[in-house]
Amino acid sequence: MTMRRDEALRELARHVTDDIVVAVYTTAFDWIAIRPSPLNYIMTGAMGLGSSHALGLALGRPDKRVLVLDGDGSLLMNLGSLVTIAEVAPANLIHFVFENGTYEANGSHPTPGRDGVDFSGFARAAGYRDCYTFDDLGGFAGRIGALLRQPGPIFITMKIVPGAPPKLNYEYMHGARVRQEFKAALARSA
Amino acid sequence: MQVEVGAAARSRTDALHGRRVIDAIKASGVEFIPCLPDIHTSEGLLRPLAREPGLRLIRVCKEDEGVGICAGLSYCNKRALLLMQYTGLLDSINAIRAVGVEYSLPICMMAGLLNKEPGVAPGQSRHYGVRVAGSILDAMGVAHHVIETDADVDRIRPAIDDAYARQRPVVLFLGGRPLP
Repeated sequence: MTMRRDEALRELARHVTDDIVVAVYTTAFDWIAIRPSPLNYIMTGAMGLGSSHALGLALGRPDKRVLVLDGDGSLLMNLGSLVTIAEVAPANLIHFVFENGTYEANGSHPTPGRDGVDFSGFARAAGYRDCYTFDDLGGFAGRIGALLRQPGPIFITMKIVPGAPPKLNYEYMHGARVRQEFKAALARSA
Repeated sequence: MQVEVGAAARSRTDALHGRRVIDAIKASGVEFIPCLPDIHTSEGLLRPLAREPGLRLIRVCKEDEGVGICAGLSYCNKRALLLMQYTGLLDSINAIRAVGVEYSLPICMMAGLLNKEPGVAPGQSRHYGVRVAGSILDAMGVAHHVIETDADVDRIRPAIDDAYARQRPVVLFLGGRPLP
């Protein structure tokens, strides 16, 4: 079984309050449409670095929960970040990977090892506190509220298929202005 | 005997002391040091940094991770300095391009110039990587400075302050091998 990404994100959005949400590539387009927030941080342009940005944010703002919505292709480019995050062990970091087995933002070509790679297994071996895998919306909906209350770092694999095609605006996403707006919002957010 | 005289003379005149560099880093308001080890800075800088109160070392697996961590911290008004070898800098060029230059973020980096010849400008080095690193940053519009001896250490704080004031990346090349 798999979930539609947009449906899973809508379910997640029900539990997000004033959290920092670091979202990457196609998941980011879905997320900002589903739950607009000045504390959404979009990570594109240097594929793989979403989790590293999230670690910096988690260290800099230990008072806030940081969710990273990573992609499987992105995480494959920065697997070492799992080890770095596990060593730092930020209690406020929750790391999702949305796994669809493709580099979706670059033509949906298959990722190496698709259907065979166990991302939660990677994270568990790296030393994350708790790791979970969901492949159906009902199971995810039933547990996500409680999982978000656990101390991190937590890793959650979401086995998904794309939903309705999101509206893409890479020019907006790549620019400096959206970063400045995020920084200002973060400063206002006590 | 002649070697000992030479070493003593270097310590007086053209040496770079890790203690001086650490003091300058702390005076710059830096709190976090994402890092990968570099034999050029291993004993004189990284090992003492790991023991230094007031600085938090974050050992990363790849240098571009450090670029991302510095970026995240910068949004929280926390200063960080990524310590690495120049080879790691070259490996991180796309991250510096996207996160430092195009996002316009103060990514501060200190890179050891392993094999740079003492007293020789990096651009004149016999070693290809040392020779081209600064030129690549010039092409990217990234500010960089060479810290060769103790006399250059006073450049560190203004360079970091400027990076945060202008929200731009900066690279501090350690030409001299820091002494413990």
